[in-house]
Parts: sequence; C-alpha cells; structure tokens
Amino acid sequence: MMALRTEHELHGRRRSRNIGLLVVLLSFVALIFGLSVVKVQNGNSASLQGFDHQVRPQLLPREDGVDIQPSDDPVAAPGTPAAAAGARTAP
Amino acid sequence: MADTSAYQAPQEAEFRDYVALLKPRVMSLVVFTAFVGLIVAPNGLHPLVAFCSVLFIAIGGGASGALNMWYDADIDAVMKRTQSRPIPAGRVAGGEALGLGLTLSGLAVMMLGLSANWFAAGFLAFTIFFYAVIYTMWLKRSTPQNIVIGGAAGAFPPMIGWACATGGIAVESLLMFALIFFWTPPHFWALALFMKEDYHNAGVPMLTVTHGRQVTRRHIFAYTLVLAPFAIWLGLTSIGGPIYLAVALLLNALFIWRGWQVMQRTDEQSYGDHHKAEKRFFKLSLYYLFGHFAALLVQHWVGA
Repeated sequence: MMALRTEHELHGRRRSRNIGLLVVLLSFVALIFGLSVVKVQNGNSASLQGFDHQVRPQLLPREDGVDIQPSDDPVAAPGTPAAAAGARTAP
Repeated sequence: MADTSAYQAPQEAEFRDYVALLKPRVMSLVVFTAFVGLIVAPNGLHPLVAFCSVLFIAIGGGASGALNMWYDADIDAVMKRTQSRPIPAGRVAGGEALGLGLTLSGLAVMMLGLSANWFAAGFLAFTIFFYAVIYTMWLKRSTPQNIVIGGAAGAFPPMIGWACATGGIAVESLLMFALIFFWTPPHFWALALFMKEDYHNAGVPMLTVTHGRQVTRRHIFAYTLVLAPFAIWLGLTSIGGPIYLAVALLLNALFIWRGWQVMQRTDEQSYGDHHKAEKRFFKLSLYYLFGHFAALLVQHWVGA
C-alpha cells in the first residue's frame, strides 16, 4: 500500500503548536529546577529543616540578646558514646 | 468562484495564536513596570528569583488578557482594530481561550507565591480578578469611566514587583501605581479621539461616545494636570533623585503642553489634519510612561 506523503498545511500548524508546547514545558522544568537550587542555597535553613518532621532546638526562632552555649553538664542517653565518655545518663 | 470562497474551512490554531491571546504588547508594559518596581525596591532578590517573579507576573497579566479576549469576542468582532484577534478571526475557540486564561491564572499565582511570597501572589490574583471581572465583565460596557477604573489593573504590576521584593506596600509603590493610574485615561482617550467610530460601532461607552469629543479633550488636559504632582512626588521619595526629577519635570511639562494643544482644538481642525495633534499626544504618552520608569531604573543604578 502506498503511504500518504502529501502534507497538508494543517499539519504544519499542528507541528508549530506541538513544538511550541514542548519548548514551553522544557523551559518550565529548567526554571523550576533552577529556582529549587537557588531556594535551597539561599533559603533560611530553619524553614528547610522544618521538613524533617522533628522539632530540634535549631528550628526554634532565635531570640534577640540570648546567647545559646553548649551545656556544661550535658545529659546523654544510656549506651551512647557520650555516656561512655562520662556524661550523666539521668536528667 | 463566489460559492467556493463562501465556505471557510475551520482553521486550526498555530502556536502564535495562543501567544496572541496573552496580549504580548500589553504584557511588555507589565513586564517593564513590574521589573522596575522589583529592582528599585530596597531588598534585593536573587537574579533568578527576580526573573521568575517578573515572568509569573507577566503570565498572570497574559492570562487576564486571554480572559478578556474570551469575554469580549463579540465586541472585538465589530471593531476594526481587534477583528484579527484569534477568537473573532475563528482561529481559536472561545472556550479554549477561557481554559487557557484560567489555567495560566492559577499557575501564575501559585508559582509567584512559591518563588517570591504569598502577599505578592494574592496581589496578582486580585489584579487578574480586577481586570477580568471588574473591568472586562462589568465596567467596560456600563460606564464611560471604564478606562479610569480599569486603568487600576494596569497600574498594579509595579506594586506587585515591589511586593515581591519587600513583601508589602510602601509610599513609593503607591506613587508608581498613581503614575500609571492617572496616565491611563488621557492615553486611551487620545486613542479614542482618532478611533471614535470603532468604539461607537461596538457600543462601548467611551467618553467620546457618551459625552462628546470636546468634553473628552477637556478631560485629557485635566488628567495631565492631576498626573504631574504624583510624578514629581515620586522623585522626592527614597527611589527618586536628580536624574528622575529632571526627566519627570521635562516630560510633565511636555505632556501638559501637548494636552493643552489637544484641548484647544476643535473637531474641524482635528479632521482637517487627520488628528495630527491627537496622534502626537498619544505617541508622547507612550514615551512619557516609558521615560519615567526608565529614569527610575537609571536613578537606581547610578545612585542618588
């Protein structure tokens, strides 16, 4: 059977639409990727860490004039290296 | 051969027909003013975030343009200036334009919220609503003040740009709004003075149709006077400076002078020289807006 080779002008219009949409979608993907990279690099770390689903002191808003230092008398969970090194295990 | 040309095959749209639905020329104004609003704002944004923000504001503006073309297809079919738009020309179906407008509106608002902040995104959503519903569906066909209030939609982009960078509103962004808001009526009324029959045929209540051309001429001049103080005031804020002030003084003096000339003319004179002064005023109004925002940009880069 002979293949239909003649291209109707309508196919040209469709092709312009399909290629246009392809370019738009690919640029959108590239844009979102770039935006994600920028957001991760420049974002404030607390809001990004917030997605770990666990509250940690780093996530709490920093108060003005309060200087947070490591404790002089830390408490360690039993069986951890810190407990073996001599930290107390009862609160 | 008359009977063969009487049947018009349904045309299939090309990509550029969908681009035309977004009113690229209006979009260029939105892009430029939003960009200036974003750049002159005190907190700088990362260049890519700034680019994305302006892009999504532009897409939102384009989406409202598509909604406008969907709703106004009946008027557009009557006016010479708009007959070749995709819907009246039969290349794109009305429903397609509606779908494109709604989809892009949602996308633009959501993406602006993610790239900049949700205040700016809410502002963009309000602007789209204002243009598509308040202006297009309601005011445009019901009051000769359509241009005045509808102009607010075109005046929001620099405020949205400012909101992207700062997350709020300030006197500077309000003055940028006022600059476009009071500029819009004389700009469009000058156009209506030499396009009168178009609006008349379509039944759009332009001031020229409802109150006559002499009243329109007086309104044009009055607005150039109202506009000038806001343009100068902007020069005295934190984003102004000597360069901006010099440009603003020059452009406003010219604008008022040309507005005065337009007001002094009668229709006989106007038709006699094919609306020469009105066309000159219209052209100047384009330079006027571009000049002010370009001056803000230069002032920002050069520094006070």
